Amino acid sequence: MSKRINVRDLDVYYSDFLAVEGVSMTIEPRTVTAFIGPSGCGKSTFLRTLNRMHEVIPGARVRGEVLIDGDNLYAPGVDPVLVRRQVGMVFQRANPFPTMSIRDNVLAGVKLNSRRMPKSDQDSLVERSLRGANLWNEVKDRLQLPGSGLSGGQQQRLCIARAIAVSPDVLLMDEPCSALDPISTLAIEDLIEELKQDYTIVIVTHNMQQATRVSDKTAFFNIAGSGKPGRLIEYDDTATIFTKPSVQATEDYVSGRFG
Amino acid sequence: MTATTVADTETRAPRGPVPNALTSAQLPRFVELYTLAGALAVSAAVLAMTGFSIVGWLVLSAVLYLVSLGILSTVVENRRKATDRVVRGLVTIAFLLAVIPLVSTLVTVIIGGAPSLTWDFVTKTGGSVFDPSTLKVTIVQGAWQAVVGTLIITGVATLISVPIGILAAIYLVEYAQPQQWMARTVTFLVDVMTGIPSIVAGLFAFSLFTLLVGPKAFSGFSASVALSVLMIPIVVRSTEEMLKLVSSELREASFALGVTKFATIVRVVLPTAIAGIITGVMLAISRVIGETAPIFIAASFTSNFNANPFSGPMETLAVKAYADYKFPSQDIAASYQSAWGAALLLVLLVVILNLVARIIAKAFAPRGLR
Repeated sequence: MSKRINVRDLDVYYSDFLAVEGVSMTIEPRTVTAFIGPSGCGKSTFLRTLNRMHEVIPGARVRGEVLIDGDNLYAPGVDPVLVRRQVGMVFQRANPFPTMSIRDNVLAGVKLNSRRMPKSDQDSLVERSLRGANLWNEVKDRLQLPGSGLSGGQQQRLCIARAIAVSPDVLLMDEPCSALDPISTLAIEDLIEELKQDYTIVIVTHNMQQATRVSDKTAFFNIAGSGKPGRLIEYDDTATIFTKPSVQATEDYVSGRFG
Repeated sequence: MTATTVADTETRAPRGPVPNALTSAQLPRFVELYTLAGALAVSAAVLAMTGFSIVGWLVLSAVLYLVSLGILSTVVENRRKATDRVVRGLVTIAFLLAVIPLVSTLVTVIIGGAPSLTWDFVTKTGGSVFDPSTLKVTIVQGAWQAVVGTLIITGVATLISVPIGILAAIYLVEYAQPQQWMARTVTFLVDVMTGIPSIVAGLFAFSLFTLLVGPKAFSGFSASVALSVLMIPIVVRSTEEMLKLVSSELREASFALGVTKFATIVRVVLPTAIAGIITGVMLAISRVIGETAPIFIAASFTSNFNANPFSGPMETLAVKAYADYKFPSQDIAASYQSAWGAALLLVLLVVILNLVARIIAKAFAPRGLR
């Protein structure tokens, strides 16, 4: 299920603008990796290159290699649709499909891809995914109601259930808790801890306590100034990054002395 | 001892106005109604001396109302509130002015058309009937051929325009890069076509079918083509706006599940926008169903029943109203009456279409957003 991600010397461009420069890292399977850094430093951009979602924005392109268990995402002939079936993503704002019920939202990956599935399999997939997202007990009696009627935290967990229902190998999370209250955040953090058993998880966060709570490794990104490309400054065990980082900028950032 | 005094002051009701730094003088609540009544009365009295007319009375009342309310408010309240009251009055008057022609048209059509709007009028084909045994010619007033013609011509026009319009909008929003020359050209042409005079569309269709089929090529289909020329830009524009309203987050959510672009558009974007798209299509239909000139040119007019859009003249309700009025039969009064009836029937048809559109839009609206 879980796969290793290898990034080699990756540059990300928006048209001619170099947004992220020279990132190399290895993300081990069944770990949680947190990306931290100031706004605009390219951590979200870099995250989106891990499942080719940055291509949705016109003019975005990359140079370099991203290997998932040895397969290069950017080799010629790679279909981004197949990439995204293996590398799922959860976004900053919960975005359940407004036209679909809770059940259909979980099954969206199956149904939208026109895969046929017997009803009993669908039922068990819905239950398994919602249990996996710690949402089953809250919604099991109202699966036919619209997903947009749930609370913000529940919607975000519904999106996680939707993402794991297509059984990806890697789960990318782009600030999944930034719009949630502390209780919902805790629920999602517990969930990440559980999902780690099966998935490789990469999470972008602005909350450094969150990074220390959930992640095994932490990557610090920074930017030299506006208009300059973002860079990976330091990548190490979370404990090391937050106690004795080897780069001064990292220490300034994690101790709040930044800027 | 002190406890009782506290209780005393608490229970004692305040006498006279409570001093409060945040209050200011205010006119009584219904001052606007009083001023309006006063203005109406005063201007009626003034006009009674010079000669009364309803228009003059209303205009004078409006002016008097605005001026007196402004002065009153300036004196009692302050300038800010006076400005607020005067501008509110101006806006209301502008709204009433905009409504008057609408209501007036509707009332005139209903009064003029109601007498002729019988079941026979709707279901019978109009024309003259020659009875060989008595050698008498009786003229039947009926609009059935025009009702059928309207539905067929507008229906065919819708069948042509809606697929083209929606697909073009999908191309513009989902596939084209915003700066690409083709997208810009299409957008520009759609803008130009929105403003195209309907007579030009009629002439286009007429000359096209004259070239293709031959002279006197009147047919319902060529009228439909003329109407499509008018409809496509409206459908493209409204669909484009609706598709742009679908948040890109939904598209990204779908892409992130490994869904193809085509499935995303068909199963996520279109269902989310469908209510607005249907409303836009219905507005486009309402816009062209009352067209007269292009249909008059392309399909001519007739009192014969013709349900085949590919040959022979065809009549619509709007053209019937025009033809009955411009080229009446021997019984001129009956023809005029029939023209009014056709006009009312057309208005009813548009109202029904709009109601249907609302019901459909409601039924398709995303669950939870209703």
